[in-house]
Amino acid sequence: MPNKNMIEAINDAHRVTMAADPDVVVFGEDVGYFGGVFRATAGLQEQFGKTRCFDAPISEGGIIGAAVGMAAYGLRPVVEIQFADYIYPGYDQIVSEVARMRYRTAGEWTMPMVIRSPYGGGIFGGQTHSQSPEALFTHVAGLKVVIPSTPYDAKGLLIAAIEDPDPVLFFEPKRIYNGPFDGHHDRPVTPWARHPDSEVPDGHYTVPLGKARIVRPGNDLTVIAYGTMVHVALAAVEENGIDAEVIDLRTLVPLDIATIEESVKKTGRALVVQEATKTSGFGSELATLIQERCFYHLEAPVGRVTGWDTPYPHAYEWIYFPGPIRMKQALEKVMAD
Amino acid sequence: MSEPVSPTRRNAPRLALHVPEPSYRPGDTPDFSAVRVPAAGSAPRPDSSAPASESHPLVNHLVRVLDEDGRAVGPWDPRLSPDILRKMLSDMVTVRVFDDRMYRAQRQGKTSFYMKCTGEEAIAVAAANALDRDDMCFPTYRQQGLLVARGYPLVDMMCQIYSNAGDKLHGRQLPIMYSDKPHGFFSISGNLGTQYPQAVGWAMASAIKGDSRIAMGWIGEGATAEGDFHSALTFAAVYQAPVILAVVNNQWAISSFSGIAGAEQATFAARAVGYGVAGLRVDGNDALAVYAAVQWASERARANAGPTLIEFFTYRAEGHSTSDDPTGYRPAGEAQQWPLGDPVERLKAHLVGLGEWDDERHAALVADADKNVRAAQKQAEAMGILPGQGFDRIGSMFEDVYSDTPWHLAEQRDAALGEARIYLGRDAS
Repeated sequence: MPNKNMIEAINDAHRVTMAADPDVVVFGEDVGYFGGVFRATAGLQEQFGKTRCFDAPISEGGIIGAAVGMAAYGLRPVVEIQFADYIYPGYDQIVSEVARMRYRTAGEWTMPMVIRSPYGGGIFGGQTHSQSPEALFTHVAGLKVVIPSTPYDAKGLLIAAIEDPDPVLFFEPKRIYNGPFDGHHDRPVTPWARHPDSEVPDGHYTVPLGKARIVRPGNDLTVIAYGTMVHVALAAVEENGIDAEVIDLRTLVPLDIATIEESVKKTGRALVVQEATKTSGFGSELATLIQERCFYHLEAPVGRVTGWDTPYPHAYEWIYFPGPIRMKQALEKVMAD
Repeated sequence: MSEPVSPTRRNAPRLALHVPEPSYRPGDTPDFSAVRVPAAGSAPRPDSSAPASESHPLVNHLVRVLDEDGRAVGPWDPRLSPDILRKMLSDMVTVRVFDDRMYRAQRQGKTSFYMKCTGEEAIAVAAANALDRDDMCFPTYRQQGLLVARGYPLVDMMCQIYSNAGDKLHGRQLPIMYSDKPHGFFSISGNLGTQYPQAVGWAMASAIKGDSRIAMGWIGEGATAEGDFHSALTFAAVYQAPVILAVVNNQWAISSFSGIAGAEQATFAARAVGYGVAGLRVDGNDALAVYAAVQWASERARANAGPTLIEFFTYRAEGHSTSDDPTGYRPAGEAQQWPLGDPVERLKAHLVGLGEWDDERHAALVADADKNVRAAQKQAEAMGILPGQGFDRIGSMFEDVYSDTPWHLAEQRDAALGEARIYLGRDAS
């Protein structure tokens, strides 16, 4: 089975779906001839022609708006927003149009589309190339939100997303495009090539939306994370010698509540981890759900590891990033309470 | 209060902000003498496959076909058969009667909201008649004439307005925000301008698939200030999308006159020039001019000659909606002074002039439309009016958010049904 990094896996997912379905079209800024600034669409225009994969003007509202029209026609657009920080000019089209079209037309018009976008920090991207805006979309009825953490999942989830009848926001943790990041910015990253999760089967397979993965089984604590933070959390658990169960959500909406509930009822403790700013983040929703459903099984308050409530600072990136120190403190607190 | 002029720039002239104001306000006498109305027939008609630039002199002109005596003159005369002319007149009369009935229904408390298109009937009706039946329309909220012209049942329109048991949108949309795929009418959004890039995207998809259908989008002049207007024009121009983009300049965006959207500096049709797309400025109260312009633009789109931006110059004869009081911001009687007249009366005069119509037949047409609208209203109201709606199938509120109902919505549906049991004193579905 070939090893791929996350970009190669995402590229492969495009190829598989474009080859299988002539209605899949890919467009966005720089995605055509050049293959995307992160190379996720490299070679697609050459293979499928420039009416199937093409460059778009720098107009995120236009990209999403045009995708709405294409989906209404019957195509399956897959659009790339170059950085998640740039998604806001298209926000109205996503929230008011894409998300609600099935509902407001009682199923007459559906929006089977995928909006892909690299997100997250840890790459010295400053405050306009580092944000984690997932909670802005999990708050909106009608959208599905997917965040992979491995090349295997990235391909399988993206194929599932493209084939899904509902609109999917597919946020790609760009910090781990090339290798899993354990949060130690001062140590070299191990490339995906030597990681078992980078074994990516050729051809078609899917990872179902709405199904979490238990990355590491454990008995004393449940750590719930997604994206880059799966790897940061996993490293922190092992570095601190805690018998924690680590859950990778993979899909934020629809959420795999059964896996979370079962695990927390077993361990009695929970720590939710997100890279995004703290207030009203998706971790807040997770903490509330755990409190609602597992309160009588809890032996400690639900812990929370997040970014700070500031914009993402360039020079202070490693103070902002929820890394090993914040993880260690939170793990110790939840275990001690 | 601090001194506004910087001490280091004492010699610089004080800057002044220009805030546009209409020429007259309530209490003033409306005077449209400054509105330049070129003679009917005076606009040249470029070949529909000509380069976009050949149309650009027309963005500051006004394509008009019907003259003051109701005669069709000049190169834009579409030379329509009397049957098509009568159909358009019938559609326009039906729209006007429908609007009046539904406006009254709202005032009677039968629904929450309504928006008339009085004075603008020609724009949707003539466009619908000029397009092919399977072309896709991305309208805004004053194009009810598209549905009427394409034969959509009036009862279905009314059921949507009443949010009743016959509403195919299940009571989820504000009245008049229709949607009907079989009639080529895309779902209306209350967030203005969104339909413009959507129309372009649909047209791009049609081109990608090698189809022959085209798309047409509508926007009000006020909403041309939205970013979506400009992204749509950019996309249309870049990809030479087979799309017609209409700006309905009815002079008023609720209480803001067209100057607030930029009309003092340039016509809305002139926006086409900067994007390099074909542009036309058309008398929107002249059904033949509207038909001719849409026909020209559709020929152009079908020939892969590119998109067209059309400004329909018209006047919103009534309030923005039933929630609006136009006497608070514009003079009474302004609509009657509008120099381009009433579209229904102008088309009627044309048909009469051709010897294909007369007052007697017109009276019969109006009576017939009135009868049909009343019959439809009776039928629709038998399925319910808005007050009292919303309790017959509460579970449906949680459907269609996603293709399948996820666990959290299923839980919330059950909770809502539990609340309804208390509220209604019985089980709800």
